[in-house]
Amino acid sequence: MLLVHCPYCDETLPELEFTYGGEAHIARPENPADKTDDEWRDFLFIRTNVKGPHFERWRHAHGCGRFFNAVRDTVSDRFLTTYKADAPRPDLAVLLADASMKEPSK
Amino acid sequence: MTTFRVPGRGRVLHNRPVSFTFDGMTYQGLEGDTVASALIANGVQLMGRSFKYHRPRGPMAAGSEEPNALIGTRRGKGRFEPNTRATVQEIWNGLETNSQNKYPSLKFDVGAINDRAYMLFSAGFYYKTFMWPRSFWDKYYEPFIRAAAGLGVSPSEPDPDNYASRYLHTDVLIIGAGPAGLASARAAATAGLRVTLVDENSEPGGTLLSEPQAQIDGKPAWDWLSAELDALTDLGVRIMTRTTAIGYYHQNMIALCQKLADHQEKPAEGAPRERMWRVRAKQVILAQGALEKPLVFDGNDRPGVMLAGSAQTYLNRYGVRVGNKAVIVTSHDSAWYAAFDLASAGTQIEAIVDTRPTPNADLIKEAAARGITVLPGHTATGTSGRLRIKSVRVNKVENGKVLTARNISCDSLLICGGWTPTLHLFSHTKGSLKWDDESQTFLPDRITEECQIAGAGRGLWGIASALNDGAVMGAAAATALGKSATAQTVTVTDDRPGTGESHTELPTDLDPGKARAFVDYQNDVTAKDLRLAVREGMRSIEHVKRYTTNGMATDQGKMSNINGLNIAADALGKKQPEVGLTTFRPPYTPTSFGAFAGYHKGEHFEVTRKTPIDSWAEENGAVFEPVSLWRRAWYFPKDGEDMDAAVRRECRETRKSLGMFDASTLGKIEVVGPDAVEFMNRMYTNPWTKLAPGRTRYGLLLGDDGFIRDDGVIGRLSDDRFHITTTTGGAARVLNMMEDYLQTEWPDLKVWLTSTTEQWSTIALNGPNARNLIEPFVEGLDISDAAFPHMSIAECTFAGFPARLFRVSFTGELGFEINVPARHGRALWEKLFDAGQKYDICTYGTETMHVLRAEKGFIIVGQDTDGTVTPYDAGAGWAIGKNKPDFVGMRALNRPDLTAEGRKQLVGLLTEDGTSKLEEGAQIVLDPNQPIPMKMVGHVTSSYHSDAAGRPIALALVEGGHGKTGDTVYIPMPDRTIKATITGTTFYDPEGARLKL
Repeated sequence: MLLVHCPYCDETLPELEFTYGGEAHIARPENPADKTDDEWRDFLFIRTNVKGPHFERWRHAHGCGRFFNAVRDTVSDRFLTTYKADAPRPDLAVLLADASMKEPSK
Repeated sequence: MTTFRVPGRGRVLHNRPVSFTFDGMTYQGLEGDTVASALIANGVQLMGRSFKYHRPRGPMAAGSEEPNALIGTRRGKGRFEPNTRATVQEIWNGLETNSQNKYPSLKFDVGAINDRAYMLFSAGFYYKTFMWPRSFWDKYYEPFIRAAAGLGVSPSEPDPDNYASRYLHTDVLIIGAGPAGLASARAAATAGLRVTLVDENSEPGGTLLSEPQAQIDGKPAWDWLSAELDALTDLGVRIMTRTTAIGYYHQNMIALCQKLADHQEKPAEGAPRERMWRVRAKQVILAQGALEKPLVFDGNDRPGVMLAGSAQTYLNRYGVRVGNKAVIVTSHDSAWYAAFDLASAGTQIEAIVDTRPTPNADLIKEAAARGITVLPGHTATGTSGRLRIKSVRVNKVENGKVLTARNISCDSLLICGGWTPTLHLFSHTKGSLKWDDESQTFLPDRITEECQIAGAGRGLWGIASALNDGAVMGAAAATALGKSATAQTVTVTDDRPGTGESHTELPTDLDPGKARAFVDYQNDVTAKDLRLAVREGMRSIEHVKRYTTNGMATDQGKMSNINGLNIAADALGKKQPEVGLTTFRPPYTPTSFGAFAGYHKGEHFEVTRKTPIDSWAEENGAVFEPVSLWRRAWYFPKDGEDMDAAVRRECRETRKSLGMFDASTLGKIEVVGPDAVEFMNRMYTNPWTKLAPGRTRYGLLLGDDGFIRDDGVIGRLSDDRFHITTTTGGAARVLNMMEDYLQTEWPDLKVWLTSTTEQWSTIALNGPNARNLIEPFVEGLDISDAAFPHMSIAECTFAGFPARLFRVSFTGELGFEINVPARHGRALWEKLFDAGQKYDICTYGTETMHVLRAEKGFIIVGQDTDGTVTPYDAGAGWAIGKNKPDFVGMRALNRPDLTAEGRKQLVGLLTEDGTSKLEEGAQIVLDPNQPIPMKMVGHVTSSYHSDAAGRPIALALVEGGHGKTGDTVYIPMPDRTIKATITGTTFYDPEGARLKL
């Protein structure tokens, strides 16, 4: 079971309290009517499906109820960071450099 | 009967005899024995039959890695467990055990015919032997394989035991209480940390229990052990025995399964049998030691063949000699010590056969001093003996040539092919391994968790190395947690470090194609099978594993993996690291389902939600059905009615006069705020701006993909307040979806969402007398049709309770829904029921609710829709606010796929004969005479007998259904094909006149 840091509660808590919310930073278009069929299809269904660091949404469903964003490595299942929903998308290069500093290895 | 017990030897209690049974025979052992050690003491080596060939087998090992000696245990009624390792199960007075996979008896098993036919059962035989003819598979081949193969039988009774589960937080968790683990615990605990030390065995000590000759800091090993355990206890170390670390999960979470009862004659009444611990540790130290490998040669599986280190354990820990006349075949120094210990205890050592041309000179000297024949540079090429080994065939190997054989008679053959570090848990963490050429095995390389590996687990042999490395790793864990710690060193005399060589199958002068040289004993995989798999094109070790099933038995290849890899690598002409190792997965050893389930069984399996009125329904004979987590009254049978009769009566009485229904499970969400109406406009398909306070509207909720997600009646209480109702099962999902849009897409909207499902009790009253019943209870509100028309909402006082009153109907009759604070639900229900007697009030359940709504063509989201149905498909296009600029799902409704011809659309279906009731889920075709497989154009979603319509009615999703009204379709069933006509979806009162009373 993962431990997840809720950026609103500022607590690291068991995964049981959280629900997954799909890929992050996919904004619903302001005026959907202006979008072509292909653009709307991409908004609805097309996801990056990365192997590696993935920007994704979580909700502290059994806690404060807030949606927030996270970067999680889909290979190691390790969180690189979590951040509030309105915070800017973090720089992946900085995150990875920071993570390699912290990672235990021998 | 011969006894192989050595008086006074071992850790068993010689003055505490214990009787138990094996296959109906009573045997005597000692307290502290396992089933295996006690049987061996009685001269019994034959304990099971193998999986595929039904070959006679005895124990190979003395611990949880045992592949052969799997038994059934019975601890009284319902307490039967198959596939228990005889080497782990402790005995107590009255324990019943039996052997498995044999018929009619262990000594004479007809299934052993498979062994003669072994050429048929080579690797991949499933894919070859049973391919043809295809039709034989279901009737003959599969039942044959299922009957012939396998281990124990499943228990047939419900498990009466309790299982517990707990969480534990600790600074340092140490797995394995051998020398490395003990020393780690001392170092970490001395640094002031909370330390938990677990071991799967019945007592801590690990290797020390099998090597009492060692002197640690001048003390005999067992004296040192006992003093050290006292010291650890004084330091506050939590020591848990019979506790297996079964899985190592993310962020240092380890699952421990602690066995509490199976070793006891009389466990405390009601006490748990096992306890699952979920441990979160800041640091983990893996001190699991190493497992001995067998050597691979023809006949290396007869009863009496055993790992040398295990024979040493049986002698030193359990005081049991494994035989009278033993031969050792080894490629590692460690087996020589087993020979010396057994010789000292009185077993005749016929020979020490070492595959190495020049074994350690000190060992040869010691053997010579004891008068033991040593055969260096030899190979083993066969064994004889049916139910127990009688002799072993050995040959000298010179310059790669296998010379003439000689037979040595024996009753025990002790083999050792070196040692494999136990890295299963490390493998769970995706830690990477590195091949070590010198020790010919994989060692831990890159560590991904906050974890240290100590002792034999990282290739260090001997007690001194393990103790000293354990101390270093314990100190390292302490340092990682910010404590200052020092690793103490100890001196050990009479230690037995050693080296050895690793082999593929041993060289032979006989036809290797006929050798029964076992690699995986539990799955009956031989060296030949592995080579065959490579010859037949398997290149990846993962494919070789699955084709041969090597390492796929319940022991996950604890003994077989490296031998299998060596042989596969040799066959592929590659080095071992290029071939790689398969992945170990939790659990480390087989674990009972009960331990995983813990408290979640029976009525605690999941939460049962009950409404405040549930108790009344129970007292009044309701039959219940589960609806999501809710328990809901299904129908209220009277005077021996069956379901059908009860539902027909409830429907009739409701439509005739008055019915009352507990609708409290309806999801309810309060939407409040200055932007509430804007939020509603964006979420639901319907327009809300012009809905006046005091009015309600049917709301339809889509996903942004345009498909129906939920529906319900929504009341506007004031400009800035809405009372939403959702489907019973959809409440949490809908709130989650609304919060998602509100928090992440429209954070600027000033709206607050609150779940009020459990704050209100909701009672629905339907029928022509509904108003007559409630009128006297309502204070301060005119509820006449003119003042309070259909689809109204008001706050009022109802029977003295604060209430929200809806005029709404899910039945087509005059209807009201009264919401009162949940705690008043039952009181109100009883008042209405009493007052309703003069109208012959009938209480009805969910089934009648379903029939009444279907008669009106009202959909149930999730029953008549399936996540691919648009409002237009469902015939609910009228609910769409076409003039709104946007709502969730609006854009998608114009996507080409959603406007295409031939979409499945909701229609009514009437069977032509007027009496057949269709089956929900039945498939619909246009031409019943087309060849199979027929083209299916839809399915029945709802089907009931309708008294109001005087016939069965159904709803269905049918391709292009809205354009097919009046067409005939066919519903093929197993016994006949039913003909039906497509109709509209309203079967009762299409004008809605009955709502307007």
